[in-house]
This record gives sequence, structure tokens and C-alpha cells, in this order.
Amino acid sequence: MAYVAVKGGERAIDHAHAWLAERRRGDTAVPELGVAQIEQQLGRAVDRVMGEGALYDRELAAVAVKQAQGDLIEAAFLVRAYRTTLPRFAFSRPIDSDALRVQRRISAVFKDLPGGQILGPTYDYTHRLIDFSLAGGESAPPPAARAEADATQAPSVQAILRHEGLIEQDAPGDGEPGDLTREPLHFPADRDVRLQALARGDEGFLLALGYSTQRGWGSNHPFVGEIRMGDVGLEIEPPELGFAIDIGDVTVTECQMVNQFKGSKTQPPQFTRGYGLAFGHAERKAMAMALVDRAMRAEELGEQVGAPAQNIEFVLYHCDNIEATGFVEHLKLPHYVDFQSELETIRRMRAQAERHGADSGEFAEAAE
Amino acid sequence: MSAEADTLLAARGLGHGFGAIRALVDVGLDLWPGEVLAVVGESGSGKTTLLNVLSGRMQPESGVVWYRDPAGALHDVYQMSRPALRALHRSDWGFVHQNPRDNLRMRVSAGGNVGERLMAQGARNYASIRAEAIDWLTQVEIDADRVDDMPHTFSGGMLQRLQIARTLVTKPRLVFMDEPTGGLDVSVQARLLDLIRTLVARLHIAVVLVTHDLSVSRLLADRIVVMQRGRVVETGLTDQVLDDPQHPYTQLLVSSVLQA
Amino acid sequence: MQGYNFAYLDERTKRMIRRAVLKAVAIPGHQIPFGSREMPLPFGWGTGGLQVTAAVLGPEDVLKVIDQGADDTTNAVSLRRFFALTAGVATTTHTRDATVIQTRHRIPETALREDQIIVYQVPQPEPLSKLEPSRAETRQMHALAEYGLMHVKLYEDITRFGQVSISYDYPVMVNGRYLMAPSPIPAFDNPKMDMMPALQLFGAGREKRIYAVPPYTRVRSLDFEDHPFRLTRAPHACTLCGATDSYLDEVVTDDRGGRMFVCSDTDYCEERRAAAEAAA
Repeated sequence: MAYVAVKGGERAIDHAHAWLAERRRGDTAVPELGVAQIEQQLGRAVDRVMGEGALYDRELAAVAVKQAQGDLIEAAFLVRAYRTTLPRFAFSRPIDSDALRVQRRISAVFKDLPGGQILGPTYDYTHRLIDFSLAGGESAPPPAARAEADATQAPSVQAILRHEGLIEQDAPGDGEPGDLTREPLHFPADRDVRLQALARGDEGFLLALGYSTQRGWGSNHPFVGEIRMGDVGLEIEPPELGFAIDIGDVTVTECQMVNQFKGSKTQPPQFTRGYGLAFGHAERKAMAMALVDRAMRAEELGEQVGAPAQNIEFVLYHCDNIEATGFVEHLKLPHYVDFQSELETIRRMRAQAERHGADSGEFAEAAE
Repeated sequence: MSAEADTLLAARGLGHGFGAIRALVDVGLDLWPGEVLAVVGESGSGKTTLLNVLSGRMQPESGVVWYRDPAGALHDVYQMSRPALRALHRSDWGFVHQNPRDNLRMRVSAGGNVGERLMAQGARNYASIRAEAIDWLTQVEIDADRVDDMPHTFSGGMLQRLQIARTLVTKPRLVFMDEPTGGLDVSVQARLLDLIRTLVARLHIAVVLVTHDLSVSRLLADRIVVMQRGRVVETGLTDQVLDDPQHPYTQLLVSSVLQA
Repeated sequence: MQGYNFAYLDERTKRMIRRAVLKAVAIPGHQIPFGSREMPLPFGWGTGGLQVTAAVLGPEDVLKVIDQGADDTTNAVSLRRFFALTAGVATTTHTRDATVIQTRHRIPETALREDQIIVYQVPQPEPLSKLEPSRAETRQMHALAEYGLMHVKLYEDITRFGQVSISYDYPVMVNGRYLMAPSPIPAFDNPKMDMMPALQLFGAGREKRIYAVPPYTRVRSLDFEDHPFRLTRAPHACTLCGATDSYLDEVVTDDRGGRMFVCSDTDYCEERRAAAEAAA
């Protein structure tokens, strides 16, 4: 057969994109998915995409989910790439999670506590039985009972334990936090940078690592000190004004883990902490993050370091699913030039071995 | 405070603690070229801490360690730059670990293990590197045939000898040894001690040897330092100290060996 | 493209990248960390090369993009389109006409000139990564020029196979000081890097490192005196143009073991064929 050099890459790509667009839309007899529908009714997907895309914008995340046909890592990638183009004009003050307007707030370490145990809209106690009425179409659940908003503040469990000095304090801030979106990761990585990496890290990866710590790979006896979910105000302090202004609300999920106490001959023992924070309602992520955060503090707390979750380099280098999927999937790219080099090398070695075998009747000796 | 003339290694006023535990209290010593100095004591005596401090691996809270380089100049070990210290560890100094796996590359052949320090110093001829590796394996009584074998096929005693070959290949003048025969069979130990004694004498290597075993120090060491709870309680020529111990703790150590 | 800056990246980001490039050029072969951005292409697909190219590209430049030596492989097409869209620069398939060449896994056969820049896409910038996975440790090794471990690897290869088995991404010493990963170009291409008149830039987006080899810099492939580095290529001539000195792709022509060999560098091959026709 006459060989014609491979051409037509451009055409192939165009056709592939056209087919993809068709596939994404699906059967045109079926009504097109609205972005508002995704934002409202697939809220957990939207939350995850905001978290791993590292950008708080529900509508944008919903569009990304639609564009990616529900592939959430692909959607997070879209959001991240978009984020690169956005100008940055301010830093917010740290959010005040004590002032969070609680929709859900539970603690596993106290039966009851000021502010109460508020279940909120949780799947926790549902029975995992598929509700086939949802397949029908229209489903308007009866409105849930409402109660007066409780004006009393719910003090954090941290504050409660801190009264007796039972739990370690927040570490004193030592200057500007690092910024993973601007500076590359380098080691040793301090806790601020580690938490940033975890916050945008893949939920599945962190879930598995967190699980491993519970099964003995670097365990530290965790208790859920508190989980809070709700809206919290975001404030910036423009230099021109000299005072803080509220620019809006974000919904966050925060998890404080209370872990194995630590003490020494000079310091009385205290509980240690793990911290998790995620955009939207993302409890699994916040909890896993808190477990892994605590595991990565093993060296700092003088514990034996050996488990994967305690290996800071291992965790931080592999928790970003956009980096991970890029590199795993890049294997699909042509590698035939390198493969050719391997072929030639292996052919040469085998030819040499054959020659030596023919000469001396035995397999090739190591060359001197 | 100063080092005596011609000492290879000298320490003065070493102090170090871990929390409330004092591991070293005002420890000083001298080491001359070619001499073997044993540091003995029970576990918790501070002898391992002392070894780590002397070899530049752990900065003491107080005190100084001096080292005299081949040109005769004296250096404060903890004032040296990191690169200089690391280079020293790869050339003029050696460290033999109790567990040879701590100092060997288990996925590299015996020859590669021995040749590594040569390659790190710029050796670029494969045949010469391999020949020198074979020579050293022979000197530590490992069969030359094993040069291409992986360490995981070696016995414990062989691994220790491989570690020694790997350490001695750059002809260091000073070697630190941490319980080099620990964990080995008695007969294997005897053979290894004999080897160490021969090599050290022939190559004129100075050794700081940490051991809890008095018989090891009797066999190898010219001088002995006895430690108890972070302090040096007695020091002197090995035979003198072991035959006629002055300090009550040394007497206790010696007598418990006799009874055993 | 509405609302996007020339070559997609904002000027501040480009400035950050250029600063990294300048540092890299000042210390040949040394990896400079940089704040790699998420790009519209996935990590691992050339975002490092993309960012470096975006930072050095100007409106007057002529850009060539190749992958596996060819202009028409799908990823090369995709990258070339990206720049056509975001920068509107002229593009070409001719090595001679390009001022900036972004490449994956090959150096063009046609010798490059002083007025050209070649940008390599790098998956793994750390040459020691397979021997020592910890980046904290490899950083020390580079700082202290502790490269014994790499020579041990070569020693082991010779012991086991009688020769060094590394066939691509073959480690090199740059300017006699830094050990560098040349990117997964075949070992055959390594000699082209030595004293190259063009500026060589290397971008690793996912690993967030940039490094460089300035023009006319010594680049030596690691070897032993008695086992010198040697070139590996298929011992054939190109079926299309007859070249015996270019790197060849092996093409499977039937299911009975039929093979033919053609130049990997499509531009080089076409040029030779055109010259042969003109002469005929």
C-alpha cells in the first residue's frame, strides 16, 4: 500500500467537537437542562465544583456542570481555568464562623450545648431507599415546619473546651499567609498552605486518606467537635475607606475535629485539632479535610510519621484532581517517538545478547 | 578551651537535653589519628547522643566539636557550611550504622553500593569503579562473584561488611560506628570484629565506637570512655580501665560482665 | 477573542513568568519554581510550554508547534489554534521560518539559529525523580551538586544490560554544574542541545518549574569514559525522502509484520522531498 503521511488532525478535531456538542445536548425531544435547575436541584454538585474549582460562583459552577455533562472534575477544571483570567482586587478578612447563621450545627462530643444540636437539611438519617416518585416529574414536597430564628449565639465547641484550657489554641499568625494560587508549593509547607491545598483538594482522595487514618494508618482518635453549615458574611477593608464593608454572603461548611491529646514533661496535655472548611454544603469534604489536616501535623506534634496521610509531600502533591487528571490522561497523547527509542534500545540489546550467545553459548555476561 | 596539638577530633563542654532529660553533661574528649576510642555505657547513658553530636548530625545545646582536616587546619564542626559538612561525610568521614540497611541502597547491586562514593567524587570509568568495588568486597571478605548481586540476597553479617566496604572506599581518616555488631550471631560478631580490627589498623583509621558490650571495646579499642547518665565517669587506656576500674559505676559494669 | 489579553495571560502573569525565565537563563539547567496558572488545556498537555510561549511571544513572531516532530498531530493542532485564537500571530510549519518553536518530545532536524527560541514541554522537570521521590531531598542534591545517585543508576544499567538503558529524557549536565532533564526527547536528539545557537526554554506547568539553556552552552549527556553516550536510531533510511541521519517513526503497514520507516520531523522530510523534485 502506498503510504500517505498522516494528515487531517484539524478536521478530526472539528468533527470530534461537533459530535461532543450533540452528545452533550442529547435527545432534542427532551427539554434542555436549565442552569437554574442545576444550581437549585443539583446543589451538592455545584458546591463540589465551587470547592475544587476554588471559586465561589454558583451560577458559573452550574454552567460548568452543564458544559461538562455532569463530569465534576471536568467542571472544576473549567472553573479553575476561568479563575485564572479574573483580576484580583482585594483580600477578605477571615470569616467569623462564630457568627455563621446556622442552618446545621452538631457536635459529637457533648450531648447538649448552648445553641443546641441543629440537624438541618441532612441526609444523615434518611433511609437509602430510592424514591421512585422522583422519577415522575413534578414533586412539590409540603413546606417544612419553621421556627423562630434563635438569636442566641451558638458558641463554638472550641471556645467551650478552651475555657478549661483543654484544647490547643489557634496558632498565632506569623505574618502573611502563603498563597497557593500565586506561588508554587515548596517544602517545608506550613499549615496555611497545606490547608489551602486541602480546601481545593479532591474529595475522593481526601476521603480515602481520612478513612485510612481511622483504620490505623496514622490514627489520632478523632471526635467531631463541631460541624457548622450556613451563611457567613464576607468583608473587605478598602484602603480608601479605612473600615470594613460587607460585600455579601457565602455558604460554608466547617468541621472542627478534636483529636488525641498531646503533652510533655513541661506542658500539661491538651486536645489537638484538625480543621476542615469547604464551600457550600460539603460535609464529607470538610470532615475528610480535618482528618488529613491533623494527620499531616504528626511531625510537628512529635508523633511517629509513617502513614500515607502523614506524608505531607505525598498528600499535597497528589490531592489536586485537576493536576492529577491532566497527567493521568496525558498518557493518551502520542508517545510513539519515545516508544520508538525504547524499541530500538531493546532490539539492540537483544541483538547483542544473541551475538554473545552465539559466540560463547551462554547468556550475555555483564560488560566490563 | 582548645584542642591539643595533632588531635583529629576534639570535644569540649558538650551539653544537650531532651525536655527535662539531660543526655550530655559537660562532656569532653580527644581522639588521635589512627586510634580507636570506645564509648561505653548502658542504654540511656548518652553514648548515642554523643556519637551523633560528634559526627555533626545533632547540634548540641552547648559545647564545641573540633575536627582537623588533612591539611592540618582545625574546624568547628557546627560552624562549617552544610555543603562542606555533607562533603566531609562522603569523603574523610564515615559512619557505620548498627543496622546496615540504614546505610545501603537495597535496590542497587553490591558493586553499585560500594562504588557510589567514588562516583559522587567524580569517578567516571566503569571498569575502574567496578574493579575497585571488587577489591573492597574482597577486603571485607565478600566473594567477588557477589559484586552484581542485590543486597537483599545477603546475610546480616554480609550486609554489615558491605556497609563497611561502602564506607571505607574513600579512605576516610575517621569513622564513627554505632554498635556495629549489634544484632548479629556471636560467631558472626567475632569474625566481623576481627575484620574491623585488621582494617582499622592497616588503614590507620581513627574510630569512635559506641557499644554497650565491654568485650567489643576490649577487642577493638585503644582507649575507653565510660558514660553514665550523660556524664563521662571514667576514661583511659582500655585494658587499664577494664582491669582496674576506679569509678564505682565502671566497677559495676565490669563485674556484671564477669558474672554473666 | 473578546475580553482576553494577547496570548491569553494577563500582563502581570507574563511578567512573573518572564522573571522566572530570566532567572533560569542566569543559572543554566537550574529549575526555577513559578506560579503556574491553570490554563484552558489540562495539566500534562503542555501548559508549561504554553505559559512560557505566551510570555515570550510578541505580535511579530512566527510560531511553529510540533508534537512528536509533526505539525499535524492533534495536540500540536490544538495548541497552534490556541495561539492563533488568543494572539493572532502568524503560524508556520517550516522550521526555518519560525521565530518561536514549541515542541513536545523532539528537536527539529533542521539546525536552529540565534534568532530562534525553542520551548520544550516538560512533564517531569526533576531528573532524579525516579531515584528519589522526595522533592525536598532532590532540592538539596541539586544545591550541593550531589549527583552520585544518577551515576549509580547508569552503573547499574551497564551491569545489568551491558549499556545504559535510558532511551529518552536522558539526563544531561548543563554548563558543567546542573543535572537537567531534557524532557522526553529521544536520546538521539541530545547532542543538538550542546552549544545550540538558539535559546532553549523548558516549561513544566503541572510541576511548576521553568528552566533554560542559554545559547552556546555546554550540554553533556551523562556517561562513563569507557561506556560513552551513543545515539540510538532505527538503522534505516526514510522511505519517503531517503534521509539516513534523521530520527524515524516506525509505521505498521499490515498485520504480517510489515513495517516502513519515515522521518519523524515532517517539515524536514517534506523539504527534502521538495528539493529532490526540484532537482529532478
